Formats: sequence, structure tokens, C-alpha cells
Amino acid sequence: MSNPHPFVDIRHAQKSFGTLEVLKDISLQVDRGQIVAIIGPSGSGKSTLLRAINDLDPLTGGEIWLEDKQINKSLPYRQYEKNINDVRQEIGMVFQHFNLFPHLKVRENVTLAPKMLKGLSDTEANALAEEQLTKVGMIERIDYYPSQLSGGQKQRVAIARALAMKPKVMLFDEATSALDPELVEEVNLVMKKLAEEDMTMIIVTHEMGFAESVCDRVLFMDQGVVVEEGPPDVIFRNPKNERTRNFLRKHLAGAAS
Amino acid sequence: MGLDFSVIPKYLDIVLLGAVWTIAITIGAAVVSFFGGILLAVIALYAPKIIRWPFQAFSFLFLGTPLLLQLFLIYFGLVQIGIDVPAFMAGVIGLGLHFAVYNSELFQTSILAVDKGQAEAARTLGLSRMQTLRKVVVPQAVRDVIPPIGNNMIALLKDSALVSVIGVSELTLSAQRAIGSTYRPFEFYVLVAAIYYIINLVMEAVLRHVERRIQVSR
Repeated sequence: MSNPHPFVDIRHAQKSFGTLEVLKDISLQVDRGQIVAIIGPSGSGKSTLLRAINDLDPLTGGEIWLEDKQINKSLPYRQYEKNINDVRQEIGMVFQHFNLFPHLKVRENVTLAPKMLKGLSDTEANALAEEQLTKVGMIERIDYYPSQLSGGQKQRVAIARALAMKPKVMLFDEATSALDPELVEEVNLVMKKLAEEDMTMIIVTHEMGFAESVCDRVLFMDQGVVVEEGPPDVIFRNPKNERTRNFLRKHLAGAAS
Repeated sequence: MGLDFSVIPKYLDIVLLGAVWTIAITIGAAVVSFFGGILLAVIALYAPKIIRWPFQAFSFLFLGTPLLLQLFLIYFGLVQIGIDVPAFMAGVIGLGLHFAVYNSELFQTSILAVDKGQAEAARTLGLSRMQTLRKVVVPQAVRDVIPPIGNNMIALLKDSALVSVIGVSELTLSAQRAIGSTYRPFEFYVLVAAIYYIINLVMEAVLRHVERRIQVSR
């Protein structure tokens, strides 16, 4: 083994808001190129876990590693900032509500971070933006403002914005939950494309069908713990735990109605 | 004694020159108050206490004392401790800082009103706190607060008349000079009021144009 750590390594993650324990000793290892889905009812802690990976919601206990770098290392303020800004460049994140920068055009949304953080020239940054926007099928809208796009288009631009930093891992926090049903597929297609390119991905989702078709591994979380974990066909077709079964039954009933 | 507006043309160049000075002071002070306001807002919201407190004391000083007194202090007072500020500069600084404090209150509110997801998205890309403020949060906060800032700038234009007391030949003082030679206060004050009003209308038009321009990027 050349690398002592898994690619993404979450060790004994704990998180409390006051007396409320949101994450109770969760460990998760993700290898390079793996795609992991995290499912579970709302309030199960799945988004908190995802947001802990780039320290948006810092853990109250445990460690998070990306390759050989600890993300949530306790350091004096300045060193912490430098450390976290460096690792965040390697972790792309896509949000439920897109969070595109409304004052910037699509192009500038994509080029902002590469220009500021990697010192790309205008020409280089534009080429990068065109490349990434072509990949997500949004090149025609490069000079639009986010307010002129549909939800699905916004999310595809948000994915391009994250990809422009050439991240090693992509985190998706319910990327399609805020979309109208007919717009979900275009975003799913982009995510599938990334999966085919062997991007390492951790996906918090309510789309069971998508999770089953794309992921290597599924985690079912409830009340701050991982209740069950396994390959998608086992989790979705033949779950062992009663809570997993209940959740999937309710969820499928809800999706069918 | 009736009104006689025929005296105006002879003094029109003085009055119009005064209008130019009023516009220059207003623009200068507006720029100071705009960027000063952003700076004060960022300090008030994010700076450590040791920096924040002196700036807040300073802000309170500007909010809690008359602008007229502030202009006297900057122009007549500072000379005594060896800082000789020319009258025009004293006017720009005094008006500018005074309104920077008012603008800062508006900027603080609008910075806090920017959706938290915006800063999160920027930080997630790897931008530092300062880069996030500069490129993502402040531009949106500024955009959202243009209308009330515009109102402050119109108040600033009107308060620029106070600068006449430290001897800047702006609109109000030039009217007083014309009146001194002609003893025709009504005519000249009406003229000057009309000019203030016209400058005001132009400012409002510019403001509306800016507001329309930023509509699309919401």
C-alpha cells in the first residue's frame, strides 16, 4: 500500500448542537473513484455529515482526512484558514439551492475561483469555463445571468463551477431536491457522466432509483448513526435492518403517490 | 420694493461656478461616504474587538454631534494641532465621513441579508473570508442597498450647503455673495433653490438608471 489512508476517511465523526447529538460516532471510508450515496429521513444527519467533510459544519469530535491531509485539524486561526482553503479547493460541493452568484454571469461564476486561487489568465480561465460548461451542456448560456436560467440549468452551472477547480472529490447535497420533477433528469445525466469519468463522489439524495443505478455503495442513516451500509442491490432489494425497510417502504409509497 | 430678476444675469457666472463646486463636493463626499461606509460596515461586522471598538467610537462621534460642528472642527480646529486642511478638502472629508457612518448602517444590514449559501459556496471553492467578502458578499450587498444609499446621497447634496460656513464658494455661499452686492435675497435664493432642485433631479435620474442596470443580475 503506497497510501496509508483511504481517499476520504471519516473517523468517529461526532457532532452536537448543544445537547442535540446529530452525528454519533460515524466512520466512513471512500476509495478513489468510488461513488457513495447517503440516504435517510430528514434530520438523520446525512447533510451534516456531508457538510462536515469540507468543514462547513465543523465536527465536535472525530477526524476527517482527504488522502494524507486532515481537513478538520485544530490549528491557530491563520494556519487553519490556510489549511482549509487549500483542501476545499480539492473538494467540489453542489448545494440543494445551487447558490450560484447572482451578480455574475455564468462564465464568471465558473472562472471566479480559478482566477483568484490558481492565477489563471483571462484566456486560460475562459477556455476552462468553456470546457466545463460544454461538459454540462450549458455552453450556450455562458453569457446569461443565473436569474435567466431554469433550476436544472442553474444546477448544471453549479456543477461546472465546482469542476473548474479540478476537485478530487465531489459532494452533492440533495442536488436535485429543489428541482421540478421534469428538470431532475438533466442534472442526473451530468452526474452519471461524472461517474463514468471515475470521479469520486459522495451523494446525499432522495432519488433512490438514481442512487441504485449509479452508486457503488449506499449508507442508510437515521438519528445520527449509520443503520445499514452495503452495495445498492442489497440495500434497496434486500435490506437487513427493520428501520431501512420501513424507510424505503414509506419513501417508495410517497414517490408512487 | 418689488422683485427684480433682471439682476440675475450679471451674477449668473458666479452662481454657476458655485454650482460646479457644489457638484464637486457632493461627488467627492459621495465617493468617500460610499467606500468609507463599506469599510466601516465590514469592520463593524467582522473585525476583532480591538479594531472594532475605536471605529465604533468614531462612528458614534459622527452620528451624535452636529455636522456643522464637525466641519468647524476639521477646518478651524485641526490647524491648531498642525493639520492644515484646505477648505474644499475639509468639506469633502467632513461630509464624506459623516455620511459614511449613515451608509455603514445600511451596508451592515444588507451584508447580513445576503443569503448564507452565497458565502458557503464561495468558501467551498476555496476562497478566503476576505476574498468571499470582496467578490461575492459585498457586491451583492451593495446592489441591494442602492436605493436607500441614493437617498443618503441626496441628503448629502443638500447638506453640502453647510460647507459655505468654512468658506468654500459653493452654491449657497456664491448666492450670499451676489446678495451682498445686490441686496436681492429673494431672487438669488430662489435661483439657487432651483439649481439644487435640478441637480437633485439629475441625481435621481442617474440613480434610477443604475437601479435598472442591476435589475437583471438579481
